[in-house]
Amino acid sequence: MEDKVTSPEKAEEAKLKARYPHLGQKPGGSDFLRKRLQKGQKYFDSGDYNMAKAKMKNKQLPTAAPEKTEVTGDHIPTPQDLPQRKPSLVTSKLAG
Amino acid sequence: MAGAGGGGCPAGSNDFQWCFSQVKGAVDEDVAEADIISTVEFNYSGDLLATGDKGGRVVIFQREQESKSRPHSRGEYNVYSTFQSHEPEFDYLKSLEIEEKINKIRWLPQQNAAHFLLSTNDKTIKLWKISERDKRAEGYNLKDEDGRLRDPFRITALRVPILKPMDLMVEASPRRIFANAHTYHINSISVNSDHETYLSADDLRINLWHLEITDRSFNIVDIKPANMEELTEVITAAEFHPHQCNVFVYSSSKGTIRLCDMRSSALCDRHSKFFEEPEDPSSRSFFSEIISSISDVKFSHSGRYMMTRDYLSVKVWDLNMESRPVETHQVHEYLRSKLCSLYENDCIFDKFECCWNGSDSAIMTGSYNNFFRMFDRNTRRDVTLEASRENSKPRASLKPRKVCTGGKRKKDEISVDSLDFNKKILHTAWHPMENIIAVAATNNLYIFQDKIN
Repeated sequence: MEDKVTSPEKAEEAKLKARYPHLGQKPGGSDFLRKRLQKGQKYFDSGDYNMAKAKMKNKQLPTAAPEKTEVTGDHIPTPQDLPQRKPSLVTSKLAG
Repeated sequence: MAGAGGGGCPAGSNDFQWCFSQVKGAVDEDVAEADIISTVEFNYSGDLLATGDKGGRVVIFQREQESKSRPHSRGEYNVYSTFQSHEPEFDYLKSLEIEEKINKIRWLPQQNAAHFLLSTNDKTIKLWKISERDKRAEGYNLKDEDGRLRDPFRITALRVPILKPMDLMVEASPRRIFANAHTYHINSISVNSDHETYLSADDLRINLWHLEITDRSFNIVDIKPANMEELTEVITAAEFHPHQCNVFVYSSSKGTIRLCDMRSSALCDRHSKFFEEPEDPSSRSFFSEIISSISDVKFSHSGRYMMTRDYLSVKVWDLNMESRPVETHQVHEYLRSKLCSLYENDCIFDKFECCWNGSDSAIMTGSYNNFFRMFDRNTRRDVTLEASRENSKPRASLKPRKVCTGGKRKKDEISVDSLDFNKKILHTAWHPMENIIAVAATNNLYIFQDKIN
């Protein structure tokens, strides 16, 4: 028998669970919070980088595949992989 | 609040008729990330309007004095000062990139000719002094004509420099830097009514500062669990009470608000009041907690009420009643049947702010498609307006907008599926005394005024 009074929210939840069956058991729990707390984390460890460089000696350090734009922690990044953050030297367009 | 023929209505009437006044910012289709406005705030008199952006820059606008020679520029806001407040940093020890984005700006009440504001990014709060210089001292006899300093022994006459007028120069200088007190990301700052202290809140802690002291800060709330695996909620916003300097509130990602009294103990981990609306357990879904997360909390000017913004609604609470809000206003209820896609595109995590008008009779908050909503608490009327360049003729009235949810779309209505979720209005501000509002639409700042003003 069809449940005619399913709330729109529960219908949306069913849709989501259908697309992502392995979505966390805890609704809106620690996963989100931990992701929020880890904002800004970059994976450049100068120690790892230098040790890997020393091990490889003269060989080239394996860099990320060209398509990868983000450093995700599954390879040892080089300084070139990290996005260069420079302060804005341009005046805001609101003041233009 | 689109009053039909509002001529002759007394000032302070409940029927607003909002008109376009100004728009600031570039018209380009391609918006540079740094230009995205991240905070908007009027000062206490409403004469100054500050904006902060993702690029760490602050732009301050000043309201022009009304003059007979330019009657149409009555109360226009023009650029007063602009400066780079924060710069990107990299914490090498923690491998953490610190964004320069200005999360919040809060003005200090004016005490002398200079203006002071606090601006903060994720980690550091800065106190800026904005001062005017319109005089220059001239007539020094300490230098030669070519600018070289003269030998002091050769100066035989004592000449007192004369102050001469010069073109107005507005200077911004950082007077205090409050750093290294937050492990997590700062979401709020709030100046106390004692005008001496302020609080800063991050995801797990709230600190109390004295405006004069930068090397010390008191921790007043700490909700970090001993075991991070047990983390269930974070602090989302915090604010001091407008009149009681010992009282502040903080909201959480679980939709609760705690009111704390600093007189009761040094560490306010235990609240004095706990505000939570009871939830119907049968209606609970995966999304319930996420959409109940409070993105903003604001006391009314009177100090008797507070307002909270969660994903779909704005709630007004009476400080004397913890069990449930006294008013609930739906912002965009039609999104409830779109939560799946809004979760997938992360929009469900968007943090909308809200604000009161000067008399606490109306509240405003933003939505998607560059729409923003206003609720009149007395007449119970609400309206949806749009910030758009298409409707930017001087003093053009804003036409109310309507989103259609059903099948049949009327003319001038827009269907939910046509809404542009990239055009979010997260930050709005209302002049403390007059009916002038500032609305940040991505990289543009719109200023609207009430016709009857």
